[in-house]
Amino acid sequence: MTRMTIEQAIHQALAEEMRRDERVFLMGEGVATKRRDLMQDFGAARVRNTPLAEAIIAGTAVGAAASGLRPVVDLLFAPFLTYAMDALVNSAGKLRYLSGGQFDFPLVALSMTGSGWCVGAQHNHNLEAMFVHAPGLKVVMPSTAADFKGLLKAAIRDDNPVLFFTDLALLHQEGEVPDGADHLVPLGQAVVRRVGADVTLVSYAKTVGVCLQAAEQLQAQGIAAEVIDLRTLKPLDETTVLRSLRKTGRLVVVTEASGLCGMAAELAALAVTRAFDALRAPVVRLTGPDAPGASSWVLEQAALPTAEAVVEAVQGMLGDAVVVREALATT
Amino acid sequence: MSAVGMTDTLCRLEAMLLIRAYEETLVEFQRGGAPGTCTSVGQEACAVGVVGALESRDRILTNHRSAAHLIARGADPGRLMAEVLGRVDGYCGGRSGSLHISAKELGVVLTSTIVGGELSMAPGVALAQKMGQGEPGGITTVFFGDGAACEGIFHESLNLAVQWQLPLLFVCENNDWQAFVHRRETMPDNAIADWAAGHGLPVATVDGNDVEAVHAAALEAVAAIRADGRPRFLELVTYRLRGHFEPDDQAYVDADELARWQARDPLQSQADRLLAQGALDADEFAQLREQAAARIEAAMVFAQASAWPDPRTLTHHVYAEQGAHS
Ligand SMILES: Cc1ncc(C[n+]2csc(CCOP(=O)(O)OP(=O)(O)O)c2C)c(N)n1
Ligand SMILES: [Mg+2]
Repeated sequence: MTRMTIEQAIHQALAEEMRRDERVFLMGEGVATKRRDLMQDFGAARVRNTPLAEAIIAGTAVGAAASGLRPVVDLLFAPFLTYAMDALVNSAGKLRYLSGGQFDFPLVALSMTGSGWCVGAQHNHNLEAMFVHAPGLKVVMPSTAADFKGLLKAAIRDDNPVLFFTDLALLHQEGEVPDGADHLVPLGQAVVRRVGADVTLVSYAKTVGVCLQAAEQLQAQGIAAEVIDLRTLKPLDETTVLRSLRKTGRLVVVTEASGLCGMAAELAALAVTRAFDALRAPVVRLTGPDAPGASSWVLEQAALPTAEAVVEAVQGMLGDAVVVREALATT
Repeated sequence: MSAVGMTDTLCRLEAMLLIRAYEETLVEFQRGGAPGTCTSVGQEACAVGVVGALESRDRILTNHRSAAHLIARGADPGRLMAEVLGRVDGYCGGRSGSLHISAKELGVVLTSTIVGGELSMAPGVALAQKMGQGEPGGITTVFFGDGAACEGIFHESLNLAVQWQLPLLFVCENNDWQAFVHRRETMPDNAIADWAAGHGLPVATVDGNDVEAVHAAALEAVAAIRADGRPRFLELVTYRLRGHFEPDDQAYVDADELARWQARDPLQSQADRLLAQGALDADEFAQLREQAAARIEAAMVFAQASAWPDPRTLTHHVYAEQGAHS
């Protein structure tokens, strides 16, 4: 194990996969400037600064991916993806199918999002669910350094187009990362971050931390929360969520993204359609509001789900059960 | 010295000094860890020269590097700073921060930090003027960078403006940088003017560090647009003297190139011109600087005293109140 920041984990994953497979190349606005060492190691042909033009960056990635290369494109901030949307959604997501399976699109589109930097809604927009909605695309949004590295490496090796989102505020967070170039985390596998039998808290990216904090506070009240980090949003690991839900009977989904038609809605639907009999309380969604991200620190913070809100929601769900347990404890 | 009786040339120096003081004060403030801004240090002449050629009936669109445009248009530095600090007295109530400051009351509309966003909306603003919205005879000016000219929307915007004969002034501040990428990596050298000309636009390429040259070219373009209702294109050749945003160590910038442009500082050039003409002496210049610094100091005091927005207003302004504007 080596301790490193998430930024370093991403960089290592890129370097290792470029070393492993010469078809992998990197392009974007300023990647050759910012990742100078990769440019020096792998040459200017494989680490390319591009003109400021997301539509052609993404389009070029799609064309190159279908033609034998494995592009990784850095599209900087998630809101800029809308310029790249045609290539990603209409081309990468659809042309495998529309061609009757003649083409693969092994490409990764990197972007950053998330609150904490006061940059406002044109840099901070958790729009990952838009891509979950689009057929043919995979979507990843990890929370730990080990997962960033392992999932990015797996995404680069995947033969499908992968949207890889980085929660900005996590970039400088450190974590232990397994050594060796074969540390891979398969796409489509959630992970149980904390085991508990009373309630299932599901999240991804930095709100996993919110759930873990809440679980800690709940523990002090005698409530055992299970925390699931989805890591991959699509394909969604339904098995892990359902297994937990069958045990706890209670589901709280926490996302920074807004709730309408988002991951929280999808998980609520999963619970209702596949584990209705196990549910002991209505599903709770704690999400960002249906509003663009504000720049002002106080408004930005006000939009976020907090550990306190999670605790409160769980207490609400567990109301009776907690009372019973307290009664038992006093007898 | 007071604004009364000041020549236009002197006023332009004063405006540039105010912009410089505003941005340098923010840079200092941000050293303490506050979110960084994109400054227009070195590009003040572009803003002052062009905006000074516009009238109140005209509309302006700008982008992430907007402070100079806003201040040149008469924006209150205190309210600008309050916005940058996310306070309630900012032009956008703290929702924007530095990157998308619009001030409708000043005719600075639809600021977008999505590069090319301003270019996508400008034809619509000009179309509305052409179709009778706003004061008669108004034109639209859109400020954007050389990087924005790399986006496909640049061509779409120019083409539509020409085809629909829109009263639109395109102003490209070609500062050789597109965030962390030098322009030479992204386009042929004279590409911007050639592209604009290729779309059938009359183009003037001007020294963007000479505020008088910029102003003269802008006056000419604006008059031409008002006369025939058709778009014009100004390419202002300038340079980004500071980093893309603060803080930025500019380690990727060629030191000689930077030094060459630092020697062409638009404020110093304008001061030298006035000093040579005898229209200004060294004491008066120092006094102008001090006045600018004092205004900005007061602006910072105002901004820091401004309240934070009420979190309960978080979802205000997401949707229109039906009927409120009809
Ligand atoms: C669509 C989009 N892509 C990328 C960015 C990130 N970005 C912000 S400013 C900038 C450089 C813009 O260069 P230019 O248009 O020349 O303007 P300048 O910053 O030089 O004033 C970049 C890449 C963005 N804001 N929007
Ligand atoms: Mg530029």
